[in-house]
Amino acid sequence: MLLKVENISKSFSGHQALKDVSIEINQGEVFGLLGPNGAGKTTLIRIINQIIKQDSGSVFLNGNPISKKEIEKIGYLPEERGLYKKMTILDQSVYLAGLKGVSKKEAKIRLKAWLEKFELMPWVNKKVEDLSKGMQQKIQFIVTVLHEPKLLILDEPFSGFDPVNTNLIKQEILNLKQNGTTIIFSTHNMASVEEICEKIALINKSEKILSGSVEDVRKSYSKNEFTVGFEGNLIAFTNSLWTNFELVDKQQKGNLTIARVKSVNGSNLNKLAESIIPSVKLRFLEEKLPSMHDIFVQEVSEKKTQPKTDLYE
Amino acid sequence: MNKIWLIIQREYTTRVKKKSFLLLTILGPMLMAGLFVFIAWLGMEETETQNIIVVDDQYPAFKTIKGDKNLNFEYGNFTLEEAKQMFTSSNYTAVLYLPENITYANTAILYFKKQPSLFSVKNIENSVEKIVEDLKLDLFKIDRKTFDKVNTNFHLNAVKFSESGNEKEIDLEKNAVGFVFGLFIYMFIFLYGVQVMRGVIEEKTNRIVEVIVCSVRPFQLMLGKIIGVAMVGFTQFIIWIILTLALYTIAFQVVMATQYGVDTIGPSSQISADLIGQMQNNPGFDSKMLLQQDNIINRINFPLMLSMFAFYFLGGYLLYSAMFAAIGSAVDSETDVQQFMLPVTLPLIAAYIISIFVIQNPDGPAAFWFSIIPFTSPIVMMTRLAVGIGDGGIPFWEVGLSMSLLIVTFFIIVWLASKIYNVGILMYGKKPSFKELLKWLKQAE
Repeated sequence: MLLKVENISKSFSGHQALKDVSIEINQGEVFGLLGPNGAGKTTLIRIINQIIKQDSGSVFLNGNPISKKEIEKIGYLPEERGLYKKMTILDQSVYLAGLKGVSKKEAKIRLKAWLEKFELMPWVNKKVEDLSKGMQQKIQFIVTVLHEPKLLILDEPFSGFDPVNTNLIKQEILNLKQNGTTIIFSTHNMASVEEICEKIALINKSEKILSGSVEDVRKSYSKNEFTVGFEGNLIAFTNSLWTNFELVDKQQKGNLTIARVKSVNGSNLNKLAESIIPSVKLRFLEEKLPSMHDIFVQEVSEKKTQPKTDLYE
Repeated sequence: MNKIWLIIQREYTTRVKKKSFLLLTILGPMLMAGLFVFIAWLGMEETETQNIIVVDDQYPAFKTIKGDKNLNFEYGNFTLEEAKQMFTSSNYTAVLYLPENITYANTAILYFKKQPSLFSVKNIENSVEKIVEDLKLDLFKIDRKTFDKVNTNFHLNAVKFSESGNEKEIDLEKNAVGFVFGLFIYMFIFLYGVQVMRGVIEEKTNRIVEVIVCSVRPFQLMLGKIIGVAMVGFTQFIIWIILTLALYTIAFQVVMATQYGVDTIGPSSQISADLIGQMQNNPGFDSKMLLQQDNIINRINFPLMLSMFAFYFLGGYLLYSAMFAAIGSAVDSETDVQQFMLPVTLPLIAAYIISIFVIQNPDGPAAFWFSIIPFTSPIVMMTRLAVGIGDGGIPFWEVGLSMSLLIVTFFIIVWLASKIYNVGILMYGKKPSFKELLKWLKQAE
C-alpha cells in the first residue's frame, strides 16, 4: 500500500468540500481520480500534498503519516500550471528539484537526459517565456518528474496538449509506471481512463460514490446485454433465444446482422452462445459493458449522493 | 532552513541578474548627481552679458552704480519713456527703473526682454541695495563705520535644559540629517515592499505557487522572498553608497585642486573641474564650507546612527513587506491591489509627513507618539535620533520602548500576514473584501 487516505473531511467556511473520503493505492498502480468540476478532486490532491490541512482523517504514504519529508517523494502537476517565465529551463529545473531535495549536480544530469529525450537540449539556457506552448508543457512535465517521485499526481495532464504531445506524455507516464512509479491521474477524460487506469475512484459532491478496478466497475454496471453478429435467418435466431434472452435492437449490414440482446434471467455469454450456435452462423459475440463515460454521466447526473456500490472496499 | 536558503538565492539572483537592476544601481547615483549639477548649473550659468539702462528718478543719486564683467549699467538722465524706446530697438537687455520713492518703498523695477538668471538679478539687487543704504545713511547723517557697528544680525540659540542639568541645543541641522536617514527607510520600504508584493502576485498568476508550496511551507516561501528582496536592496544600497563616496571624493579632489592649484586629478574629471571652476567664479559659492570643522558631517555620531539605521531599516522593511506579501497573495493581478494598498501606505506616508514637522519640533507629543508606534517609528524615530540617545538626546526608555514594540509588532504582523498568505495564494477568481481577509485569518490554523 503506497498511499492510504483515510476518512478525510474538509470544509471551507461552511461549504463541505470533502466528506469522509477514503482511497487506497498500491505501488505501481495508475489510479484514476474522477469527478465533475467542483467535486473536490483538487481539494483531495491538495490534502495529499498537505498544501491544505484536512479537518479530520489522515493520509499515509508508505505506511507513514504524511510529512514534509514524505512529500518530497511526490511529484505534482497541478491543473492550473505554470513556471517562472523569466527563468531559464536550467535554473528553473535545478531550483524546483532543489526544493525537493535533489542536489544541483544530480538535477543537471537528470535534466540533460530528459531534454535529450524530448529534443529540447538546445533550449536549456532559454527563458521559459521564449519557448512555444508545446515546449513549455514538456518542461512542465519534466520538472514534475525530475526528482523521481514515488507517487506522481497528475491533475488533468493532457488539457491543452496537442495529440502528438498527448501521446508522448502518455508514453512517458506508462514508462514511469513500468519503473514502479505510482500515478494518480485526475481527469474527466474517460477515454484515457479506460486506456491507462487500473483503478478509479469517482468523487461527486464531496463524496466518493464509486471505486474499484476499471474492469470491475464496468462489469458491475453491466446491463447484461450482449452484441451478436451473425449470418442467417433472424426468425431462427429470435426463436433460439427462448425465454433466456430477448432481442433489444438489430441492424442489418448486407448478410451480417448485428443484434443486441439482453439476458432476462441472468443467463451468461456461454448460455447465449450455446443457444444460438445451432441456428445461425456466428460471426462474433461479446458482452456489452458500459463505458466509463456512460458510468460517469449516469452517476454524476443522478441526484442521490449515497454510495451505490463500493467494490473496492 | 536549506530550502529557505534556496528561495532566498532564487529571489536574489533573478532580481540582480535583471538589466533594470544593473541600470538603476549604476545610473541611480549618477542621475542624482547629474540632477543636482543640472539644477546648480541652471541657477548659475550666465552666458549673456546684461546691458542695462538705468532710469534714476533722483538723477544723479545712483551715479556710483557699478557692474561687473557680466553686468553693464548704462547710467544717464533718462526718463522711463525714453529708456523704454531705446530699449525696444537696441541690444540693451533690460531697463532698471529706480523710482523717486525708492528710499522708503525699498523696491525698484527691472524690465527685461529675456528672463535674466537668478544670479544676475541677485547681483543687480545687491548693487542697488548698497547705494540705497548709502542714501539713507546720508539722509540720517550717519557714517558707514558707525552703521556697520550698529547693524545687527541677531540669532537665537534654542537650548534644551535636560534633567541632569546639561544643556543641549535643538539642532535643526542634526534633525535634518536624521530625516534623510528616515527618508531612505521610507524609500526602501516603498521600493522593495512593492517588489515583494509583485513577486507574490507573479508566482500566483504564473500558478507556480502551488508546485512550490508542495515542497516548502508557504511561510518559508514568504520569508525567503522577503529576505531575498531585502538582500537585493542591501546590495543596491551598498553599491550606491560606494559610488556616491567615489563621486564625492572626486568632486572633493577637484575642489582642493582648484582651490590650491594642486593637480591631483586625471582628465576624466575635467567636466566636474570646469563646473567647480564656474562655482569658484561666483561669489555666492563658498567651497570652504565643505572643509569647516563644525561641518554637520563632523558632528553626527555615525556609528550610533548607522546601527540605529540598520535596525529601523530592517524592522520597518520586514514589518511592511510582510503586509505587502499578504496583499499580493490576496489578489490575482496588480490592477486589483489598490483597495488593499491604501491602509498599508497611509501610515507610511503619514510617517514621512510627520517627520518633516519633527525636524522643527523633535520633542513634541506628535514626535513622541509616532516614534513609539511601530508603523511610523522607523521613519519618525530616525529623524529624532541624530541628536543622540541618553543625556541631552532622546531618553533611553523611549528608544527602548520604540524598538521593542517594533520587534513585537513585527512578529504579530508576520504571523497574521502569513495566515492571509497561506489562504490567499491558492484562491483564484473572486477579489476578496476586507471582511473575507478577516475570515481567512480565522480559517487558517
